[in-house]
Amino acid sequence: MEYLPNIIFAVILILGIGYFARNVQKLIRNIKLGQDVDVSENKSQRWKNTINIALGQSKLVKRPVSGFLHVIVYVGFIIINIEVLEIIIDGLFGTHRIGQELLPAALYGFLIGTFEVLAVLVLVSVTVFWIRRNVIKIKRFLSSEMKGWPKSDGNIILYFEVVLMGLFLIMNATDTVFQGANSGNVISQFIAPLFNGFSIEALHTVERIAWWLHIVGILTFLNYLYFSKHLHILLAFPNVYYGSVSPKGKFNNLDAVTAEVKLMMDPNADPFAAPPEGAEDEVPAKFGASDVMDLTKVQLLNAYTCTECGRCTSECPANLTGKKLSPRKIMMDTRDRLEEVGKNIDANKGEFKDDGKQLLGDYITNEELWACTTCNACVEACPVSINPLSIIMDMRRYLVMEQSAAPTELNTMMTNIENNGAPWPYNQMDRLNWKDE
Amino acid sequence: MSEEPKVPTMAEYMAEGKQPEILFWVGSAGSYDDRAKKITKAFVKILNKANVDFAVLGTEESNTGDVAKRAGNEFLFQMQAVMNIEVLNAYEVKRIVTCDPHSFNCIKNEYPGLGGHYEVIHHTQFIEQLIASGRLTLDGDVYKGKRITFHDPCYLGRANSVYDAPRDVLKKTNATLIEMKRHKGTALCCGAGGAQMFKDAEPGNKEINILRTEDALETKPEIIATGCPYCNTMMTDGVKFKEKEAEIKVMDIAELIANA
Repeated sequence: MEYLPNIIFAVILILGIGYFARNVQKLIRNIKLGQDVDVSENKSQRWKNTINIALGQSKLVKRPVSGFLHVIVYVGFIIINIEVLEIIIDGLFGTHRIGQELLPAALYGFLIGTFEVLAVLVLVSVTVFWIRRNVIKIKRFLSSEMKGWPKSDGNIILYFEVVLMGLFLIMNATDTVFQGANSGNVISQFIAPLFNGFSIEALHTVERIAWWLHIVGILTFLNYLYFSKHLHILLAFPNVYYGSVSPKGKFNNLDAVTAEVKLMMDPNADPFAAPPEGAEDEVPAKFGASDVMDLTKVQLLNAYTCTECGRCTSECPANLTGKKLSPRKIMMDTRDRLEEVGKNIDANKGEFKDDGKQLLGDYITNEELWACTTCNACVEACPVSINPLSIIMDMRRYLVMEQSAAPTELNTMMTNIENNGAPWPYNQMDRLNWKDE
Repeated sequence: MSEEPKVPTMAEYMAEGKQPEILFWVGSAGSYDDRAKKITKAFVKILNKANVDFAVLGTEESNTGDVAKRAGNEFLFQMQAVMNIEVLNAYEVKRIVTCDPHSFNCIKNEYPGLGGHYEVIHHTQFIEQLIASGRLTLDGDVYKGKRITFHDPCYLGRANSVYDAPRDVLKKTNATLIEMKRHKGTALCCGAGGAQMFKDAEPGNKEINILRTEDALETKPEIIATGCPYCNTMMTDGVKFKEKEAEIKVMDIAELIANA
C-alpha cells in the first residue's frame, strides 16, 4: 500500500488530462466544421503578431489599468505553473519537493520566492478584477448579453484563481522542512504563524491537504476551460497567428461571385451552354453565411477564443448609441450555436441532423446586422485579434444575395448603382458637371 | 471663381497620346453631392496651383461598388469593380488619388484581387507630398493659431493606418491641432460607414454623428477638419443639430489648404 498515493495521483492526472484532451478533440472537430480559408500569406508577420499581441499583450495594455493587472495575472499564472512540474514529479515518484533536493538551495529559494510574490500579486489583481466586475459596475460588464452564465463564469474563474493561489501559499506555510530551510518563504513565513498551535502531524496533514487540493484544483480548472470563456489562455496564441495580416479595410472578395461575374462579362460565354460533366452534382455555392458551418475555421476559432471582455462593444458606435448590436454578442452567439451544433453531432453519432435552427434569426437578428457601420472599432479593440465584423459582413451577404432582405433604402441605393453608376438617381452622363458649376 | 479650373479627362489625354502624372478619382459623392462637389473643386484648385499633371475619367468613371460591398451585395460590387478596372487598365493608369477614403480603400485593397493594380493615395497624403516636395506653398497666416480638430475617417485611419498625413498637413498651416479624446485608432465613426449613409439608423438612444460631434465640441474647435465627404456631411449635420454652425466650420482638408 506504500504506492497508493502515487497510484491515486497517476489516476487523477490521467483522468484530468484525458478528459481535457477529449474535449480539445471535440473543439477541434467543431472548428473544422467551418470553411477553409487561406492563411498561408505573410508568415513572418503572423509570427510577429503572435509574439507582440499574444505573448507580449501589446493591445491589452492600451487600457492601462485592466491591461497592467492582466499582465500580472498572466505572468504570475505562467511562472507559478512551473511549480506544477515539481508537483507532478513528486506525485508520481513519491518524492517531496524534488527541486529542493536537485537544485542549489539558493536557486530553489529564489524560484519559490518569486512564485510566492507573484501569487500575492495575482491575488491582489484578481481581487481588483472582482471589484471591477461586481462593485464598481463597469459598463462593459453589465450589457444584456452578460446576464446569467457569462456573469457567473467570469466570477468563478476569479474564485478558482484565489483558491489556487491560496492553496499554494498554505502548502508552503505548513511545510515544516521548507519553512525550516528558511529560503524562498518570503510570503509564507508570514502565513506560518497562523498555524502556531498546530502539532507537527496536524501541520503535515494541512500541508498534504493543500498539496492535493492544489493539484486537483489545477486539473479541475484545466477542464473547466472548455466550458468557459476562459479558453483564451490557450487559444489566444493560434487565434492571433491566424488573425488577419491585411489592412483592416480590406474585405475579402467572394470567389464564387468572381466566377459568375467573369462569366457574365465574358462576351464569348454561351448563356445556353450545358453545365460541364459532373457539374449537376455540385451543390451551388452559398453566398454569405446563415449558420456556423458557412463561416470560416478562423471565424469559429475566434468564437472559442473570445473571453467576453467587451472591449469591442465598448468601442462600437452602434452600441454606444443604444442600438442592439454588440460585437461581443456576435462572438458569443456564434460560439453558443457552434456548441449546439457540436452537441447535435454528438447525439446523432457524428452526423449533424437539421434542428430547424441557425445562427441567423435564432441567435443574431437582422436588426443587429444592419446597425453596423463597418468602422472596424471592434477589430481594433480586440486584444486577441478577433474579427466580429467579418461575421457581420458574411451574414449581411447572405441576407442580400440569398434572401434579397436588405432594408428598402439600401435596395434603392443599389438599384441606382446598377442603373446609373451612382448611389443616387443621377445620370451617368452628368458625372463631370461639377466642373462647370 | 476668378480662373476657370482645368479639369482634363483621360480621353483627352489619350487623344493627345499623353499619360498624366496621376488620375484623380472623383467618386460618386464628389461628383454629385452638393457639399462634396465643393471639396472636389477645392482639390482641383490645389492640383492646378501646384501644376499637377492630372486627369479625371469624367463620364467614364462609375461607382466603385464599395457601398454595395459593405451592404452585402458582393455581386454588384464585383460588377462595378470589373467595369472600372477595365476602363482604368485600358488607360494604363498607374497612380490614383482620391478625396474619398472609401474609394481609396476599395481600389487600393479590393481591386487588386480582381485585376486592378494601382498605387492609390488619399488626397491628404498627396497634399503632404506636394508640400514636402515644394510644389505647393502655403500662406502660413490664414489659419495661424486657429483651433482645429481632425476627425479620422474610419476607412483612412483604422482601415489603412493613415493617421499622420492629414495631421502633418494641418500642422503646416500653423493651426493649433487639438485631438479629440477618441482619435486615431480609437476614433469614433461618424455614423455613415457600412452603407449607413443611405438608410435610417436602427432604433437607439442617439444618432452616432451627434455623439461624434459632441466629441469634437469638447475640444472647443473653430474648425472641424475632415478627410471624407461622408464624414463631412455627418459632422456638418451634427454641428447644425447642436446649433453651433455660426461658430464652428466643418471643412475638408482640401478646402482648408485651397484657401491657405
